[in-house]
Amino acid sequence: MALHVTLQHFLIVSAILFSLGLFAVVTRRNAIMVLMGIELILNSANINFLAFSRYNALQIDGQMAAIFVIILAAAEAAVGLAIVLNIFKNFNTVNVDEISSMKQ
Amino acid sequence: MTQTLLLELSVAVLFLPLVSFLILIFFGKKLPRQGDFVGLAFLGVSLALSVAILYAKISFFHEELLNYTFTWIDLGNVALFGSMKFDLGVMIDNLTAVMLVVVTLISFLVHLFSTKYMAGDIRYSRYYAYLGIFSFSMLGIVIANNFLSMYIFWELVGLSSYLLIGHWYEKKSASDASKKAFVTNRVGDFGFFIGIMILWANYHTLTYEGVYGAIAGGLMPFQSSWWMTAAGILIFCGAVGKSAQFPLHVWLPDAMEGPTPVSALIHAATMVAAGVYLIARTFPMLTADALMVIAYVGAITAFISATIAIAQNDIKKVLAYSTVSQLGYMVMGLGVGAFSAGTMHLVTHAAFKAGLFLGSGSVIHAMHNALHHMHDHHTDAQDIRNMGGLRKKMPFTFWTFVIFTIAISGVPLTSGFLSKDAILAGTIAYGQLTGHMLIPIIGFLVAGLTAFYMFRIVILAFMGEHKDEKRFEHVHESPLAMTLPLMLLAVLSFFAFYSLNPFTAAGGWFFHAIERPETVVPAVMAATSTEVFEEAEHHAHMTAMILSLIVAGLGILIAFTTYYWKKINADAIAAKLAPLHLFLLNKWYFDELYEAVAVNGTKGLARVLAWFDSKVIDGIVNAAGSITKIGAIVSGKFDSIVVDGFVNLTATVAGGFGLVLRKVQTGRVQSYIVFAILGIVVLFFVYRAV
Repeated sequence: MALHVTLQHFLIVSAILFSLGLFAVVTRRNAIMVLMGIELILNSANINFLAFSRYNALQIDGQMAAIFVIILAAAEAAVGLAIVLNIFKNFNTVNVDEISSMKQ
Repeated sequence: MTQTLLLELSVAVLFLPLVSFLILIFFGKKLPRQGDFVGLAFLGVSLALSVAILYAKISFFHEELLNYTFTWIDLGNVALFGSMKFDLGVMIDNLTAVMLVVVTLISFLVHLFSTKYMAGDIRYSRYYAYLGIFSFSMLGIVIANNFLSMYIFWELVGLSSYLLIGHWYEKKSASDASKKAFVTNRVGDFGFFIGIMILWANYHTLTYEGVYGAIAGGLMPFQSSWWMTAAGILIFCGAVGKSAQFPLHVWLPDAMEGPTPVSALIHAATMVAAGVYLIARTFPMLTADALMVIAYVGAITAFISATIAIAQNDIKKVLAYSTVSQLGYMVMGLGVGAFSAGTMHLVTHAAFKAGLFLGSGSVIHAMHNALHHMHDHHTDAQDIRNMGGLRKKMPFTFWTFVIFTIAISGVPLTSGFLSKDAILAGTIAYGQLTGHMLIPIIGFLVAGLTAFYMFRIVILAFMGEHKDEKRFEHVHESPLAMTLPLMLLAVLSFFAFYSLNPFTAAGGWFFHAIERPETVVPAVMAATSTEVFEEAEHHAHMTAMILSLIVAGLGILIAFTTYYWKKINADAIAAKLAPLHLFLLNKWYFDELYEAVAVNGTKGLARVLAWFDSKVIDGIVNAAGSITKIGAIVSGKFDSIVVDGFVNLTATVAGGFGLVLRKVQTGRVQSYIVFAILGIVVLFFVYRAV
């Protein structure tokens, strides 16, 4: 039985990666970890773009979107880490549970 | 010289004194001599122009009526009224031309006289300014060709009279007198105004031409001859006020509180003659009934004031009552229909009465200076009992005073004889034609009384010996600026200026120039026609002349026997007839009567109205206040319970929801994400089947 890679396989991998990323975002207490979870989610989206581009006649549109997402992720990481750095300066912690001064 | 030029010159005559007023009121104090020469110069030019106008009018346009009218305001068609248009304008007939000269001449002489009499006065420039505005207003009355501007200038004259009477307003009696003059005049002007309104409502025009034209066309006010008479009498009310006729004569004697030259100008020669002039102007529209009322008012006035004049001791008061009496004469003359005689008496009287007042001013000036020199501040400078013998010290004043006195008494060769005689002849004619014999009787009686009281002053003030030798040494003749006007006026008191025949005015230029105007009212209501009246007057002339000579002679004779030869003891008679003397001395108690009726009546009415105000009106206002207060309390309760309840309820409900819902808002980002994921999952399952 020839190993035939179909669109589903890609989507399954992407779904697993998305779930892991989401899990990390929801459960991690450390803000850095939350950011890393977001990276995973973004990468799962990239896999989806490439897969659809590969299996549907979409030419290089998917690749373009993926490159755009990577650039966005880089920018997001820079801004996000800067925010975390500032949070650390102000609260002396990066534990998201403790940062709740917005709550009354 | 054209008619247009004459009209333009007359307008210049009118406005020159106004310019003088404006200059003096704004810059008077800064000018050298406080600007008295400004007033003199302007009035001098006015006088010269007036003389030129009179000469041109009489010589070249003897019969013409020069008239110029323009529309002042045109309101177009007004609802309920019709075409509403206000016309103003000027008019010159022979009467106007004569009056222009009379007013400017007396005004100029008074200006001249005042330079010495008023010297050193605290409001010297203002005094001259007021003389200017007075001359302007008086000339305005004279050349008006319509009732509207006549009324406007009429009120302006009242105002300037008020200002000049109250010139020394620090003195309470002067400020009281000015108020009394103003208020009394207002009473008469009220009637005048109603009369004008009757004409206005019916004829929609106020020019003499328009009104008389409409009446001549047979249009009666409100289609009733009764209203025609009423309009005439109401307009005459204005004359009653200004010319100090009974029953509004009380203000004029009090007006003597003003400076004496003012009394000469306003309260003897010109303003008080405005009423007579008004009657002359409205003469064509007066019905026989209206003229009868006018004749009786004049006669009553002449009699009452002549009797009062006998008992007064203040030289100016005697002259004041004499003025009232002579004004009554003029009004009576016009009332009986002796038009030319009445207006002529107005002119001749203006000359000799202005002279008498200026003469008395000269005497008072001299007495005042003498008293001042002796540091005597108690003796009254105006009381004739303190004078006597002045003829030796003041020859010019004495002789001119004598000329004025014989003129007013109606001695032949004087102007007063001509005009007075003509009036008396008119009253006899009127008595014969209508049966009102009381009027000629009063006329002759008053002529006798006039001669008596005028010679009484002359004898007491100028003849005999002075009461106080030391004071007499300080009495001096007045300067030339004061005696010159006296001499001029004295010359004008001779017959030659009015008629070349010294025994009748009928052939003179005056009677020729100023003739009785044709009446415009229907013949049934009109007075006896001019032809019939003049016929009767002509027949009565001889009788009138002889009778008036007799009464005047008797009056003078009694005055001399009583006060000069002292054959009759005046004091003894006064003591014997004490009630009568007191009655006359107190001026028939008119002031007391008006005080009791008019003044206290007004005060009583004011008290009733005050009571009504404080009880009824205030009660209503307070009740309205209380009701509002109760309404406010109810409204306040509704507000605090119902409205506030709803508002609070809303807030409580919203707060409750908030309390419940805030539980979800944990502040943890991750729990929000969990909620979001759960939500997506739920949505996924909800929409999956579709």
